Amino acid sequence: MSETSYPEIARNGLWNNNPALVQLLGLCPLLAVTTTFINGLGLGIATTLTLIISNSVVSAIRKLVRPEVRIPVFVLVIASTVTVIEISMNAWFHELYLILGIFIPLIVTNCSIIGRAEAFASKNRLRAAFTDGLAMGLGFTAVLVTLGALREIIGKGTLFAQSHLMFGELAANWSLTLIDDYRGFLLAVLPPGAFIGLGLIIAVKNLIDQRRARRPVRAAAGETAPA
Amino acid sequence: MSDYRHILFTGVLLFAFAAIGTSMVAVTYEQSREQIERNERQVLRRQLNQVISPERYDNNLLEDRIEISDPGLGAGRPVTVYRAYMQETPVAAVFTSVAPDGYNGSIRLLVGIDVNGIVTGVRVLSHRETPGLGDAIEAGRSDWIEGFAGRSLGDPPVQRWRVRRDGGVFDQFTGATITPRAVVNAIRKTLLYFDEHQEEILARPAPDGAQADEETHDE
Repeated sequence: MSETSYPEIARNGLWNNNPALVQLLGLCPLLAVTTTFINGLGLGIATTLTLIISNSVVSAIRKLVRPEVRIPVFVLVIASTVTVIEISMNAWFHELYLILGIFIPLIVTNCSIIGRAEAFASKNRLRAAFTDGLAMGLGFTAVLVTLGALREIIGKGTLFAQSHLMFGELAANWSLTLIDDYRGFLLAVLPPGAFIGLGLIIAVKNLIDQRRARRPVRAAAGETAPA
Repeated sequence: MSDYRHILFTGVLLFAFAAIGTSMVAVTYEQSREQIERNERQVLRRQLNQVISPERYDNNLLEDRIEISDPGLGAGRPVTVYRAYMQETPVAAVFTSVAPDGYNGSIRLLVGIDVNGIVTGVRVLSHRETPGLGDAIEAGRSDWIEGFAGRSLGDPPVQRWRVRRDGGVFDQFTGATITPRAVVNAIRKTLLYFDEHQEEILARPAPDGAQADEETHDE
């Protein structure tokens, strides 16, 4: 097994193989939760934590676990991790827990977690698996947060509303009202807005990728580029 | 022989993972159970404080509760009523009424009514109404729900305890009549129920803690 370099792992998770934009995994919580920036961040952190822990555990036990039973073992690891995170959130971030509600236990069903366990963590060393979990988690979080912010701004005209749910009293006045007397744009808050927003983000990512891919080609082809 | 061993080892391994996973969850649960209970009580206390000011009573409102079975109030399920007393004199009752006919399922409400039949406050506990339209019943989104405090069965008269479209005095929302109608109707029903049953609701012996409460719960 060839060792993957850390910068490449990071690039894969955050951009090239982003779980939400390229693999398109875990869309159910992604689309449902991202009505505000803070909701997206909350689910993102919980998912990242799950990915890091499950990737690390799976990597640490990869030589012990026989291939025939690896899937049930991965499921056990992931399910226990998520349940522990869920109970802890209920205890220490209760209000955020009330908002994210059923989507925390549903992290178990986020295919990107068992996907990373199977595709990467079970074949790589602990540190690489840890980095992969972190990078994939951050990549997922980045999309959650971007989509959450977009929908919050367009749908409600605010940003960082309800920050105190996560950061306590310190953040009580972080909420920005970007547009005064904004009547709201319902579509952005409702599920269709999530699909349209995610579609636009994916389109922008593909556009950037295309531009990047074309540039070196054009430089090499020079004037012989097709008209 | 080696096959047998192989199977045994795998079985033991699976068992070990199940045991470790379960004990991790069990330990976390034990460690945080009290904190979670505290959180839930705090949320409930905050909600109760919004419908009746804490200066008006001196008993433990969270524990002093009874269950009422009335098909009109709870949509078939028992309704919890929190009872407020000041030095053993009844002050108010807070109903966890249910409006079964929201646009998208039931709307759970907290309705506080004092002994004079005046609404001390109303809050929405949970609902699944359309975001941006029906969710204006939430206190955080509009002040519509504040409009009930201070009202009573005579103000407005009972036949006008409806939304404007039904000939009443309470505003509906632009684009959403069903949600406010369900809430207004549920509050009116609660007021009528309290008007009829006030004495038995507030005069029953106050249960000590939750045990007495559990008994009334099982039917």
